[in-house]
Amino acid sequence: MSRSAALSILLAIFSAEAFGQRADHAHEVHDELEDHAAHAEHDGHAEHDGHDGHDGYDREDARGAHDGHDGRGDRGELDGTDHEGHDAREGRDDHDGHAAGAAPGGFLDVPPQAPPPAAAFSGPAYAADVMFGAEEMAAAREQMRVEQGGFRTKMILADRFEAGFGDGDERFVWDAQGWYGGDLHKLWWKSEGAGQIGSNPDDAEVQVLYSRAVTPWFDFQAGVRHDYEPPPRRTHAVFGVQGLLPYVFEIDAAAFVSEDGDWTARFEAEYDLRLKQRLVLQPRIEMSFSAQAIPELEIGSGLGSVEGGLRLRYELRRELAPYIGLGWERNVGSTADFLRAAGEDPRGWKLIAGVRAWF
Amino acid sequence: MDTNFNRRRLLYTAALAGAGWSLSSLLPAWARTGTPGVTAPDMPTLTGDEIALTVGRSRFMVGGRAGHAVTINGTLPAPLIRLQEGQHVRLAVTNNLDEDTSIHWHGLLLPFHMDGVPGVSFPGIRAGETFVYEFPIRHAGTFWYHSHSNLQEQIGHYGPMILDPAGPDPVEYDREHVVVLSDWSFMHPHTIMAKLKKEEGYFNYQRETLARVLKRTAPSPLSLADWRMWQRMRMDPTDIADVTGATYTYLVNGHGPQENWTGLFRPGERVRLRLINASGMTIFNVRVPGLPMTVVNADGNNVVPVEVDELQIAVAETYDVIVQPSEDRAYTLAAESVDRSGMARATLAPRLGMTAPVPPLRRRPTLGMDDMGMGGTDHSEAGHSEGDADDAHAGHGASAVTTPDAELPDVEDAHAAQAGHDADDAVAAGSSSGGHAPMTMRDKSLAPPDMHVGVGVDMIAMNPQDAAGKRGLGLEDVGHRVLVYSDLVALDPNPDPRPPSRSIEIHLTGNMERFMWSFDGRRFSEVVEPIRFARDERVRVTLVNDTMMQHPIHLHGHFFEIVTGRPGRHPRKHTVNVLPGSKIAFDLTADAPGDWAFHCHLLFHMHAGMFNVVTVRPLDGGAT
Repeated sequence: MSRSAALSILLAIFSAEAFGQRADHAHEVHDELEDHAAHAEHDGHAEHDGHDGHDGYDREDARGAHDGHDGRGDRGELDGTDHEGHDAREGRDDHDGHAAGAAPGGFLDVPPQAPPPAAAFSGPAYAADVMFGAEEMAAAREQMRVEQGGFRTKMILADRFEAGFGDGDERFVWDAQGWYGGDLHKLWWKSEGAGQIGSNPDDAEVQVLYSRAVTPWFDFQAGVRHDYEPPPRRTHAVFGVQGLLPYVFEIDAAAFVSEDGDWTARFEAEYDLRLKQRLVLQPRIEMSFSAQAIPELEIGSGLGSVEGGLRLRYELRRELAPYIGLGWERNVGSTADFLRAAGEDPRGWKLIAGVRAWF
Repeated sequence: MDTNFNRRRLLYTAALAGAGWSLSSLLPAWARTGTPGVTAPDMPTLTGDEIALTVGRSRFMVGGRAGHAVTINGTLPAPLIRLQEGQHVRLAVTNNLDEDTSIHWHGLLLPFHMDGVPGVSFPGIRAGETFVYEFPIRHAGTFWYHSHSNLQEQIGHYGPMILDPAGPDPVEYDREHVVVLSDWSFMHPHTIMAKLKKEEGYFNYQRETLARVLKRTAPSPLSLADWRMWQRMRMDPTDIADVTGATYTYLVNGHGPQENWTGLFRPGERVRLRLINASGMTIFNVRVPGLPMTVVNADGNNVVPVEVDELQIAVAETYDVIVQPSEDRAYTLAAESVDRSGMARATLAPRLGMTAPVPPLRRRPTLGMDDMGMGGTDHSEAGHSEGDADDAHAGHGASAVTTPDAELPDVEDAHAAQAGHDADDAVAAGSSSGGHAPMTMRDKSLAPPDMHVGVGVDMIAMNPQDAAGKRGLGLEDVGHRVLVYSDLVALDPNPDPRPPSRSIEIHLTGNMERFMWSFDGRRFSEVVEPIRFARDERVRVTLVNDTMMQHPIHLHGHFFEIVTGRPGRHPRKHTVNVLPGSKIAFDLTADAPGDWAFHCHLLFHMHAGMFNVVTVRPLDGGAT
């Protein structure tokens, strides 16, 4: 399997979710803390005049009454990058007409949408500065800015913390992740591992990622992954997407390139089928791919393994849900050959008991 | 109207205390829990030109459980402040907290630097400091006051305020009660916010489930196909309220349903109920089974009396209603949360200890096509509940404002225009009726050019309908009279007869899954351009709700006139609730120079970023 094929699922998701929104991406430089300085300088007319002739506004001329600024001047430059997204401008014009005409009670003489008159830009940028002093108000303003959308939150989720029983095997598995940050930018970590119950893990990894919201439902993630087990220890670069597909499938798909240049990929999907208010049936599938054979890890090229699971959990609280389930794993292709050669069964069933928890 | 001015100043049930009774000893045992809540009716009424208020921490008990509250003068709700139109008041507010606080005088017309919003009107009140608010009382009505700092409002920092008119009150009444509705949680508001950010449906225990859909049992009117459609959109048709009775206890004057706050009357009296919704997040359906309510005042402004059986009061709104119980019996005042997950309950009775049956919670509503911004299009069966699905359509039609069809964009054309949009945003709306091409839920071409359609915008209303004449969410099909905004007719002619000179459109935007809320796609924290008005200009502002939630939008320092089709007599309000996927217009005379907060009054929506500043320039004194 070629590299591009190994990453095809990843790309398919990413193109559907993210590329369709690339215009947003440019726009988002306005996020969070950036551009604060620009705002501080923003006290009116002079700056607005500077926006005359932005191509973003040329199109608005058709709507009438726009004279080069619309009272949103400090974003004008950014708007200019975004207008591929607004090609259907004619349709919008119709909508405007509707907005004006559809006011109830036969208000057909609603005036056109227009920017504020010049007087609206006169006077101080911040009225309270006049009464209380600019310095004191600036501190209060910053605090208020953070309180209205600029705060950060954190989460730790033990998605699977479980024991599996099958074929005389008794293994534990953990699959946890967490994040810290604002709505758009987060520091994200993930850790997965497994081992024989009573022994040290024979499989353990940690990822540390920067996670950037790129669409309403998806984050793009990039960072590093370190494998502690099995030996040899390796470090990978990670590129992935995580989020919700239509029909509320939770997706986590990532490509990894190791320090040795080996390309691998992983795809996970979960779906929460709510049977009752607190009872959730969760089908889950995980697939791993490799662009090349990695003999020392007993990995063949192409699709390496498929793991399925069906977990039934009961939410004692939203944060704490014990579950039972059934898991199924199958190694395929040359990965399976490696396992057979080692005398292991490339497929297996297991019963699962575990807990999902977050805080 | 000036005659028969025979009201008596009987406030709360404090009248009883005046008669020398000990209120708590008169309550039935189950209500005599010794909570500060039960003693709240005894709380003082503050009047005069000099008023001292102290913000501090208190224990608050409800339902037998104690929690931490932030209170003013130690009570929850805060003391009633009663002032007279024409007086000049000084309110000295001392902060005994270990963090900043503030008091915003909600709905009052006053100088901008007395409005009490830290970072907009003033720097805030630091710990240990006293700030003196000083302003003239320019008008009359029912108002309230609350913190604008650090979510303190959710944990008790709110109280009622009555401004009495300088002249005779055109409203005739024999007795009055203040009814402060609110929501209380033992979970700290920052924790509530964090839960919502991590799992948006955290508090919703009325979700659609497979068990319900397969059986189509109440309250689900959804077919399997409808459910699939909602799943495809990654939306939840049961997301009526973000924070619910799962954590909230709903209060009347600081009393939980068990404590049963009781307001007294003598049969035959005209009783004025001053309803104030001081909740953090809860919109209430208010009714008094057996008694019609005559609405006489909305947001502090008198309206032509209109009789209804139920009204929906959004967060931050006030309504004064007159009830006239003629029988010697008790009546229940039921204030059901909009998602029907709980109820605030009080009793109106001739004597303490009397109770009336409490109506059961009704079925929770389910979002439908109107709420998706597809009003005016063919309805799928995903209509609202309450009654069976077929009747729901008729109810919608009847309650919707009549808009000539010619003014509606051609739906079929809209479909055609949207063909080719990326499948991600498309949804087979009306899937159960089968005949529709996919419609897009996030057609960027419908957004104004200055709106930022990014991560924080999960929907753009395709065909938002004017909701001024529409019943509140979940009340579309109830079989009695429900107040709608277009029922409200200003008693006095609107003060500014000029037609608006320009229009602006503000989109209410959000991402339900990520719990992001904003105006025009930008959270306030992103440093947004303010909404600018020239002083005294008259502007038509249309609020377009691009989300599937309600947003009570509040403008500080002004009244605006909701455009209901009665020019010159439009109801003047400070807060207007915009229904999901709908729009509403108001005319504003920007006559108060300064900077003013403008925000969704759902506390956690504001906290998430649905906030902006309105500037009115030039300021006084020729500042240029």
